[in-house]
Amino acid sequence: MRGISTFLLAATAAVLAPFAAKAQDKTLTVYTYESFTSDWGPGPKIKAEFEKTCACTVNLIGVADGVALLTRLKLEGEGSEADIALGLDTSLISEAKATGLFEANGIEKSAVKVPGNYADDTFLPYDYGHFAVIYDTQTIKTPPKSLKDLIEGDTSQKIAIQDPRTSTPGLGLLLWVKAVYGDKAPEAWAKLKDRVLTVTPGWSEAYGLFTKGEAPMVLSYTTSPAYHMVEEKTDRYQAASFSDGHYIQIEVAGMLKHAKDKDLAKSFLTFLISPAAQDIIPTTNWMMPAAATSAPLPDAFDKLVKPANTLLIGSDEVAKNRQAWIDEWLTAMSRK
Amino acid sequence: MHDGIVLEQVALKLGTTSFDFDCRIETGAITAIAGPSGAGKSTLLNLIAGFERPQSGRILIAGTDQTVSHPSKRPISVVFQDHNLFAHLDIFTNVALGISPSMRLSSTDRDNIETALSRVGLAGFGKRMPGSLSGGEKQRAAFARALVRNKPVLLLDEPFASLDADLRLQMADLLLKLHHETGNTVVMITHDREEIARVADRVVRVEAGRVISNEATMDYLPRFAAAVSPPSGSM
Amino acid sequence: MLTAAERRRGIGAGLTVLAAVLLFVGTAVATLLAWDGDQSASRLFTSYTWSILRFTLLQAALSTLLSVAFAIPVALALARRPRFAGRTWILRLMALPMGLPALVGALGLLGVWGRQGVMNGWLNTAGLEQPVSVYGLSGILLAHTFFNIPLAVRLLLAVLERLPAEYWLLSASLGMKPVSIFRFVEWPALARVVPGVAGLVFMLCATSFTLVLVLGGGPAATTLEVAIYQALRFDFDPPRAIALAFLQIALTAAVIALIALLPAATDTVRTAGRKVLRLDGRSAASRLWDGLIIAAAVIFVASPLLSVLVAGLRADLWKLVNGPRFIQAATTSLIIAVTAGVIAVTASLAIITARQAIKDRRDPNLAERLLSISLAGTSSLVLVVPPIILGTGWFLVLRQLGNVAPFAPYLVAIINAMMALPFAVRVLEPALQDHRHQTARLAAALGVTGPAKWRLIDLPVLTRPVLTALSFAMALSLGDLGAVALFGSSDLVTLPWLVYSTLSSYRTNDADGLALILGAICLALTILGTAGQKEHKHA
Repeated sequence: MRGISTFLLAATAAVLAPFAAKAQDKTLTVYTYESFTSDWGPGPKIKAEFEKTCACTVNLIGVADGVALLTRLKLEGEGSEADIALGLDTSLISEAKATGLFEANGIEKSAVKVPGNYADDTFLPYDYGHFAVIYDTQTIKTPPKSLKDLIEGDTSQKIAIQDPRTSTPGLGLLLWVKAVYGDKAPEAWAKLKDRVLTVTPGWSEAYGLFTKGEAPMVLSYTTSPAYHMVEEKTDRYQAASFSDGHYIQIEVAGMLKHAKDKDLAKSFLTFLISPAAQDIIPTTNWMMPAAATSAPLPDAFDKLVKPANTLLIGSDEVAKNRQAWIDEWLTAMSRK
Repeated sequence: MHDGIVLEQVALKLGTTSFDFDCRIETGAITAIAGPSGAGKSTLLNLIAGFERPQSGRILIAGTDQTVSHPSKRPISVVFQDHNLFAHLDIFTNVALGISPSMRLSSTDRDNIETALSRVGLAGFGKRMPGSLSGGEKQRAAFARALVRNKPVLLLDEPFASLDADLRLQMADLLLKLHHETGNTVVMITHDREEIARVADRVVRVEAGRVISNEATMDYLPRFAAAVSPPSGSM
Repeated sequence: MLTAAERRRGIGAGLTVLAAVLLFVGTAVATLLAWDGDQSASRLFTSYTWSILRFTLLQAALSTLLSVAFAIPVALALARRPRFAGRTWILRLMALPMGLPALVGALGLLGVWGRQGVMNGWLNTAGLEQPVSVYGLSGILLAHTFFNIPLAVRLLLAVLERLPAEYWLLSASLGMKPVSIFRFVEWPALARVVPGVAGLVFMLCATSFTLVLVLGGGPAATTLEVAIYQALRFDFDPPRAIALAFLQIALTAAVIALIALLPAATDTVRTAGRKVLRLDGRSAASRLWDGLIIAAAVIFVASPLLSVLVAGLRADLWKLVNGPRFIQAATTSLIIAVTAGVIAVTASLAIITARQAIKDRRDPNLAERLLSISLAGTSSLVLVVPPIILGTGWFLVLRQLGNVAPFAPYLVAIINAMMALPFAVRVLEPALQDHRHQTARLAAALGVTGPAKWRLIDLPVLTRPVLTALSFAMALSLGDLGAVALFGSSDLVTLPWLVYSTLSSYRTNDADGLALILGAICLALTILGTAGQKEHKHA
């Protein structure tokens, strides 16, 4: 019984908390994905840094991932508490725009430099990463040198990938194959199928299988090895550099039309691409900064694969064809 | 050589209680086992039936050493106070298991089962499930199984304790009738003085894990008039 | 044998629970349906839907068959050996997999059966080059049997242990061989509950999600639950999600109804005070057989857990426990688990009481019979209502009240309680039935009713089964990842959530450590739930 009363107490406190915050000063509510807000993620540091300059409180609300973020915004519509949505990616932008909930931010963004020169008046890139096949150097001596190599290579060397129906990296690989193979994508998948150890619902499961040694390769980001080099001091896990290019994932933030304090929201976006925020991102979110940092990145980042060729399919085209392409993928992958 | 049941210095320790039985049970008689609860009456019965194995001593039944033999190898049938019938099997099957535990029955066996059922007053009950029978009828079915097993020794563990006074009378009569027909050796645990008086030829009294007396009912009853508390309904 | 007032109260309680469950599910579904989405009702019955339907059925049916088929000999062996050192711990072990989040279980299994697992290591040294692959249908079956054999063993064993001790003495005295004992004593008793156990396992396997995706090897292995998840999370197409959910519920209901048609004896027996003596367990052959079976089951269940333990010990547990979010997550998890457990047990008691009250009437009318059937159906089928539908639907409802975050813990607790309902009912129903059987007349004769009856007659006897049901429900709730990922708020971090979030921050080691701690908490709960079992045996 005591547990329940504590529970009630905690719940009451949680109900009252926002009011307490409101009474104090301005607040900025940022919807983002969960790993951004975690203890190891960039969230807490960015919040602290921004609060130093704004005389406001940043309220970070983390939902499961970028897709859940968009769903939540759709569900809440105009009544959403959110001022900023942070963590959508390039393949979701078209759908996000279609909701009509976002507004062009009009901030100065000449500092932003992402491969492929992606630019948008509503969604501001704050980091990016190229998808890449990460391999275990202890098992794989000659990593694939291109997507074609991966698809046609030794089927006894397996890769763990993610499901495009449930995860953004999974969708990324789907688009990557589409970008390289076009109409021939189904044939490519039919070949790749035998190399796929398993298809997991999300990035975490696949990466877990990889670090447990179940699969010698996994679909992740070119930046993944940086984590192992910086935090674990090992260069065992490396990204394979593909000569036919790497598909890019650009993470963006946008201001909502009904943001309570648009000036505050804009100043947060401006802060997001300032060196103060960009310094935080590489070693917490393990992605590449979208704008200049105040100091050079750790050495580990110099050792990362730098894709010569960036692949990206326009967000409108993705939105229009996503279901058809997923169906194509399902058919190719389900064939015996 | 004694051809009844002989327990020679049979010792057993269960938990912290130790038992030490030494007695002879007459063949062809009805012997009641009496004594306060917790004295070891059921343990004595379990030892005879083979459900418990003695740590030392010998058990002889009809002149054969049965100390370590399996219950089914002993010339014995057992009837408990309750749960004598498998609740999910019909009466016929319950009785038939007494003949063949794998239900391989000849047509003679089937006839014997029907006969046994009518002898205990359950003619036509074969297809019924135990759940639809009264307490007395269930015990009758258990007797029918003992009949078809046709073993020289019948062990009864308070067989009528959960029945009302009238039924107890009827069942005691049935027991006597069957005993006279078969001439078997009956060993029965009971608390009921009237029942002892009515059916038992001899009484073995157990106290604190030992047999303290073994005598004819007529000698026993006056000596233990006060020691046995009468069950409700009698007197 | 109940008074009219007791009967009324019982039926009233049942009606309340039924109404509450229907209202809870109905509100979520109605709200989602009313939401005017932009792209509603895309093709439901494509060949894709049929193929996942087929696969869902196939894998669930096979998983159920294997789980029950292997659980029976294990339960028989454990029942044949009522007393041996470590038996209680084996039973506790059997309660552990249920509390593990699916992903942790899967990683544990891979540690043993995976390409780099212990098994393949042995096969390699034995000279076999090609690793045995656990990906595909075989992997799914392996994982489902790992999670469900222990569950089935516990439920089946409970039935065998409730048989009167006289049965075993009689069968020994009658000279029944093991085959006869199985045919005439054990199987008839098991047959009464096998349909229920199989139905439960089937539901758990049919709605399996993470295990099927991680171990399935590819999209050929997809369950309806995955399609529902995709429809709601990725496509945000509520009508399609709900249509698929109804398909899932209808399918499961049909299969359960089919299983229920299998012949099953109905007579209940009472427990006896007599100590259980199993003479059939004394022969060398049976010792050997039981020993092998029990050892095999223990190895099968314990080895993946051991691999979780080994992996977990590599993490700095002390640092993890002192981490800023751990205490918060553990507290949240425990509070949610306790709340869910209490709700599940209370609702189960109400359901069972109502069904007994209806049974108590000589001639229940149609409405009462319908209520009894609906209660039985509801208490099973809530398990297959996808949590994501409940979570999303209620999100829409609560949003109208403003900030949804404060409601999230309650919602998770309620959803978890509903998921635990089928388990709690299965644990409590036989105990309550026995108890009523034994005390109903006496209580009626003495005129003890109401709270006094609860306190004096029911509580002392039912404490143990209630604790068991509570620990079952709590373990289930602890392992749940949470239906409300959508709600997202830093106030609602549970332990499984922390495991996932740690894993998604590359911190595999820490995630292993947290998984170990989660498993340990579940173990502690089961110990709590099985406490007092020993005294009960000797009583």
